[in-house]
Amino acid sequence: MARQIGDVILDLKNISLAFGGVKALTDISFDVREHEIRAIIGPNGAGKSSMLNVINGVYRPQHGEIVFHGEHRHDMDTHAAAEAGIARTFQNIALFKGMSVLDNLMTGRNLKMKCNFLQHALWWGPAQREELEHRKKVEEVIDFLEIEHIRKTPVGRLPYGLQKRVELGRALAAEPSMLLLDEPMAGMNVEEKQDMCRFILDVNDQFGTTIVLIEHDMGVVMDISDRVVVLDYGKKIGDGVPADVKNNPEVIAAYLGTQH
Amino acid sequence: MQFFFEVLIGGLLSGVMYSLVALGFVLIFKASGVFNFAQGAMVYFAALSVVGCMDKGAPLWLALILAFGIMTLLGIATEKFVLRKMVNQAPIALFMATIGLAFFIEGLAPLLWGNEVRPLDIGLVDEPIPYMLDSFNIVVSRFDLVAAGLALALVALLALFFQYTRIGRALRAVADDHQAALSIGIPLQHIWALVWAVAGFVALVAGMLWGSRNGVQFALTFTALKALPVLILGGFTSVPGAIVGGLIIGASEKLAEIYIPPVMSSMFGGNFGGIEGWFPYVMALLFLLVRPEGLFGEKHIDRV
Amino acid sequence: MIYRETGQFKTSYAADQQIFPIRQDRVGILLLLAVAFLAVPVLASSYWFNAILIPFLIFALAALGLNILTGYAGQLSLGSAAFMAVGAYAAYNFQVRVEGMPILVSFILAGLTAASVGILFGLPSLRIKGFYLAVATLAAQFFIVWCLTKFPYLSNNSSSGVISVPGVEILGFKFDTPQSRYLLVLSLVTFFALAAKNMARSTTGRAWMAVRDMDVAAEVIGIRLMRAKLLAFAVSSFYCGVAGALYAFCYLGSVEPDGFSLDLSFKILFMIIVGGVGSILGSFLGAAFILLLPIFLDISLPWVSGLLHLPLDSATVSHIQLMVFGGLIMFFLIVEPHGLARLWQIGKEKLRLWPFPH
Repeated sequence: MARQIGDVILDLKNISLAFGGVKALTDISFDVREHEIRAIIGPNGAGKSSMLNVINGVYRPQHGEIVFHGEHRHDMDTHAAAEAGIARTFQNIALFKGMSVLDNLMTGRNLKMKCNFLQHALWWGPAQREELEHRKKVEEVIDFLEIEHIRKTPVGRLPYGLQKRVELGRALAAEPSMLLLDEPMAGMNVEEKQDMCRFILDVNDQFGTTIVLIEHDMGVVMDISDRVVVLDYGKKIGDGVPADVKNNPEVIAAYLGTQH
Repeated sequence: MQFFFEVLIGGLLSGVMYSLVALGFVLIFKASGVFNFAQGAMVYFAALSVVGCMDKGAPLWLALILAFGIMTLLGIATEKFVLRKMVNQAPIALFMATIGLAFFIEGLAPLLWGNEVRPLDIGLVDEPIPYMLDSFNIVVSRFDLVAAGLALALVALLALFFQYTRIGRALRAVADDHQAALSIGIPLQHIWALVWAVAGFVALVAGMLWGSRNGVQFALTFTALKALPVLILGGFTSVPGAIVGGLIIGASEKLAEIYIPPVMSSMFGGNFGGIEGWFPYVMALLFLLVRPEGLFGEKHIDRV
Repeated sequence: MIYRETGQFKTSYAADQQIFPIRQDRVGILLLLAVAFLAVPVLASSYWFNAILIPFLIFALAALGLNILTGYAGQLSLGSAAFMAVGAYAAYNFQVRVEGMPILVSFILAGLTAASVGILFGLPSLRIKGFYLAVATLAAQFFIVWCLTKFPYLSNNSSSGVISVPGVEILGFKFDTPQSRYLLVLSLVTFFALAAKNMARSTTGRAWMAVRDMDVAAEVIGIRLMRAKLLAFAVSSFYCGVAGALYAFCYLGSVEPDGFSLDLSFKILFMIIVGGVGSILGSFLGAAFILLLPIFLDISLPWVSGLLHLPLDSATVSHIQLMVFGGLIMFFLIVEPHGLARLWQIGKEKLRLWPFPH
């Protein structure tokens, strides 16, 4: 499973984010290399989700700089992020509950679809051809995630674990170069977690997707990630390979707990 | 200049009347998160109940008590048969259900009490206050002033109720989060029945005042629609906001009606009355673009 | 048993994506269209055309418009009647002021005019949602009707805004019989319904539904909220505008601004609630239901009151009508929020098994 980890594609410099008086992130800097699996860990409220939100443009930081694929910017625009190939999943599932699994995944491909609404209204011709072409791609994702049996089910009716998988599918359908996963295994039992781990590793392996991952399960994090960033109260307290972070005394004090 | 003040004061006072209707909305929204489109229909129903009882021979004070009882029953029935069954649905669905409720009440009221326009005499006369007329040469109706006083007293009472009583706190908890309120033992259904009864009372007061001014007729239901811009300006969850919003809407509507049509007639020819029909809404619309939660409302924050 | 799908396997995505994937459905819809286009013009009476079929089709078109905006894109609108009015008056002005304007072009231009007004009043949706937006659409409703009443130019200087439209004539053929008007309206509505269905099942429709269900997530996956919302307003108003033009030209013949009041907007909203929000079929079912209900009450109430020996006058009938409308809305929202269209679907599923219990 030799993955060639490449150069830095995302560099976050001195990011500070505040909501009114609440400082969510203070002077955070770290980088992400191509093809790696980067984990962000930390106690609840440390600012991990806010960090992901900054990366893909949902929040605009007050200070700091984001360098993505060589381009310097003060903040990311959500649309620009999506176009640049960043896809993500959310902590509280953000699927479109009124649509089926297939439709949800197809929305993931919307940036690649070029027909306008008039062509859609007339359907037969370019719109249908485009729809079929993208359907094929989405079916590949469905295959990969083993969700063929529920492709026509309205998403609102699925159990929690499957919904999380569908959300991953929607992100994958966009063929992202970077995938942001916000607690993809929250609320899952052991078997579901193992499945999800397998999918994440396969995505990284087969498609070379860079993955930035927030997760609380230490076993998973230490197992699958290449490098780890540790946040606490909005500040960075650790950064490095899992082995180093595990032995960092500050991290242990804040998060991992001491051994008795 | 004094004409301007006359129009202004008249507008402010009629604005207070809008506030009364808006209050009913705010109460129900604050306590159950439901935007009750049927509030206007309830005002109409309340007023009709009063005149209906009086037609059957009851004196005014008895008719008022009976009408209050009827409104309470209506509120309880609404809660039991409509709202309770829709607990899990989206707010939009609840809103549309109250539109249905409005139509239902608008049909039921004249069915029970007849639909001729009837005057309502509550002992207040719509005549100018001599003092204002003599000293400032401004026409201010005694009726309007009393109505304003009543409305302000009601608002003060309700504001205190929400802020300082145990039940008021419970109501605020329920509005915030039904599940959480249930889980700490707040009896949801009793609370809602209470809220709708209070809203019914407010509707009764509003119905009385509007009815005695304009006669009890179907057009009363349209006053409800006017309350919507009031709520937008004032904020859906604010009792003082309902008053401030009402004042602004009332004043601006009357001023617009008096001062804009002549300008437009000179530009385009023809008659341009009827601006008060849409002016409050356009004002509300523009206001929404600048401050969506209203002057006193709470900002709604979505956590992603 | 009737509805068995056994043996109907889809072997291509194209087959899977059809509007009517089940053969029985395809046969059914073709039969329905055949009846509508071929049998009805021959068999139906003038009354049926003028009082039931033509208004049904026109309201179904308006309901389709509102469904696109409120059902698919999730933007609540209480102003659909106002956009119908824009369409009616725009078509009138184009027809009357431009020498030799083909009527179909007038209808399309009327739709486009309504679409532009729709975009204008849809701009607030970029900042406000839910019932705040509903209040904004009320502004459109009241303002537009007021404009049409007060600006004499818009109604060709008639008093109080009443307009009488000229007859419909295409390439020399006069559409002056109920049958011909019915076929014209039927053709147009069928075309627009198909277009709506196609938009709904394509990326456009999915973008709308995404905005409806969770706009933050939609933005994150790259959907442009502004474009999607304004497009919904534009298409919806276009449909309502064309419906309004047809309302004036093929149904009433003469309209006034007050005929497009808030009452009509509510009626159209009720059509989509009862029929099924977010469903093309639902628009038709709802329109039929709301249209036929007053007629049904007009016939049945005197009979009921005769049985119970209660007095009944026309005012009472209209009061009962209001109560029934209101009651039905509440009933549908409680019992089946997805309306008649969902009941139809459930019925079909039961038909798959019938006569077996499971």
